[in-house]
Amino acid sequence: MNKELIIENFKKNFKSDILEIAEKNQRRIIIRIRSESILSIAAWLYKEAGFRFIIATALHTKKGFEIHYHFSLDSLGLILNIHVILDKVNPEIESLSNMFNASNWIEREMHELFGINFLNHPNQEKLISEGNWAEGVYPYRKEFKSDEVKR
Amino acid sequence: MSKKTLIPIGPYHPLQEEPELFKLYCDGEIVKDIKWETGYNHRGIEKLSESKTYEQVFFLVERICGICSTSHPFAFANAVEELADIEITNRAKYIRSIIGELERIHSHLLWVGLAGHFLGYNTVFMWAWKYREPVLDLFEMISGNRNSYAMFKIGGVRRDIEESKIPVIQKVLGDVKKKTDLLVGAVMDDPVIHARTKGVGILTKQDIIDYGAVGPTARASGVAIDVRMDDPYAAYPLVNWKVISAEAGDVFAKAQVRLLEMYESISIINQCLEGLKKEKEGEITVKVKEIPEGIGNGRAEAPRGEVFHFVQSDGSNSPARHKIRAPSYVNIATFKKSCIGQTISDATLSLAAVDPCYCCTERMAVAYDVHSGEKIMNASELISKSAERTNELKKKFSI
Repeated sequence: MNKELIIENFKKNFKSDILEIAEKNQRRIIIRIRSESILSIAAWLYKEAGFRFIIATALHTKKGFEIHYHFSLDSLGLILNIHVILDKVNPEIESLSNMFNASNWIEREMHELFGINFLNHPNQEKLISEGNWAEGVYPYRKEFKSDEVKR
Repeated sequence: MSKKTLIPIGPYHPLQEEPELFKLYCDGEIVKDIKWETGYNHRGIEKLSESKTYEQVFFLVERICGICSTSHPFAFANAVEELADIEITNRAKYIRSIIGELERIHSHLLWVGLAGHFLGYNTVFMWAWKYREPVLDLFEMISGNRNSYAMFKIGGVRRDIEESKIPVIQKVLGDVKKKTDLLVGAVMDDPVIHARTKGVGILTKQDIIDYGAVGPTARASGVAIDVRMDDPYAAYPLVNWKVISAEAGDVFAKAQVRLLEMYESISIINQCLEGLKKEKEGEITVKVKEIPEGIGNGRAEAPRGEVFHFVQSDGSNSPARHKIRAPSYVNIATFKKSCIGQTISDATLSLAAVDPCYCCTERMAVAYDVHSGEKIMNASELISKSAERTNELKKKFSI
């Protein structure tokens, strides 16, 4: 399997879900998708194409909340970023943690720091600040000011 | 539900990469469940990074971990250089790889020592840490610091390795190689260590894939992933070496992988030193203009596994978003698989086998009885329990 074949298969399987494909260089691909289709795409990457979940990065930007899911195909040294843009007010997306355990912690962390809701997460408890942080205050959001913290 | 005893290991120590509290729920001696609490020393480094310039971020990420202090700058440099399309000189590539591999050697020696300590082999502990010293002295010679070397910058490295220093490095490496032979002999041929570590804390291939584990933890279970080989960076594509892996997935396999990896590291450094002689002295940086808008994914193989950095730039002089994933973040989660169903003395070992900077965590360990709240066991008792088991085996093998 090579990079071109992966992109081709990806296009074939998820034609209607892809919004944008960018190839940064030989070993980096960024694909922006509709957020509703994350579960089926992750399942294909993990189970069919042999990708490994590295981590996910949440961002708070002008467009709203964004997540980059980083997948690695170690046989090619390829990093595939699956990029989704979520709602500004009520960010939520399906959890991947019922498929693999690798995303369990990071989804809890993103929920805690950004307030992104992961639907059907097996255990969406706080990861970092268990028991000593105010509810509904998300420190990695852009509007957060540290003097607002009520403990 | 039967009465269970809670044994907390942790919570924190400021030197640790990821300070955590592990709660072992035990029924008698058998671990039935494990839970953890993290974030005791959350420093908000990802957020801090957004307030610093790219040059300053190197000093910040260098302080994420005290043991593998060059792996984070390595991954960050890879991310930014990918983002800005910077190609560094061959000399800088060699120097980067030399620093990375020297660090792997001293980190693995540290682990071997600690593992020996947990097993009750304090001689191994003293030896391994003694042999680690000359490697740290090399760092002092090269960079001025025994740790946190501040060698990396965007577009190259800060300090050169002059021709005159090469024989000194080669001599120390020769010594380390001899000592490694000694340690490998001591570990691989000892029947007690075999009895104590084989079949303990097994992680299957499927567990590794499920948890996304990396580094020696993954390679010991037959998942031969290594960023240096798979997604080559710095001087790794310019030298000959091989990825060490094992199939068993137990504590012994993890020790085996780490010990044999040290030979590969020594060989990589020697080849890099030869390469260095061919390159012109002083050519260690390239000029960097501004960092354009965009994203960069950088990774590097730290002693404990793959370090991943994601950088998003908005065209200014500091990152708009900087995500960091250290290898222990995924490796520690595998405890749920490796510890449950084992005795406490074996669980201590399984935890140590992942190398989660355990030296710092364990010193706070105190055991309470869940019902009475009475203190029943502290850290040294926990280790002595492990040592006791080894002594029993020693008697059995009449050593």
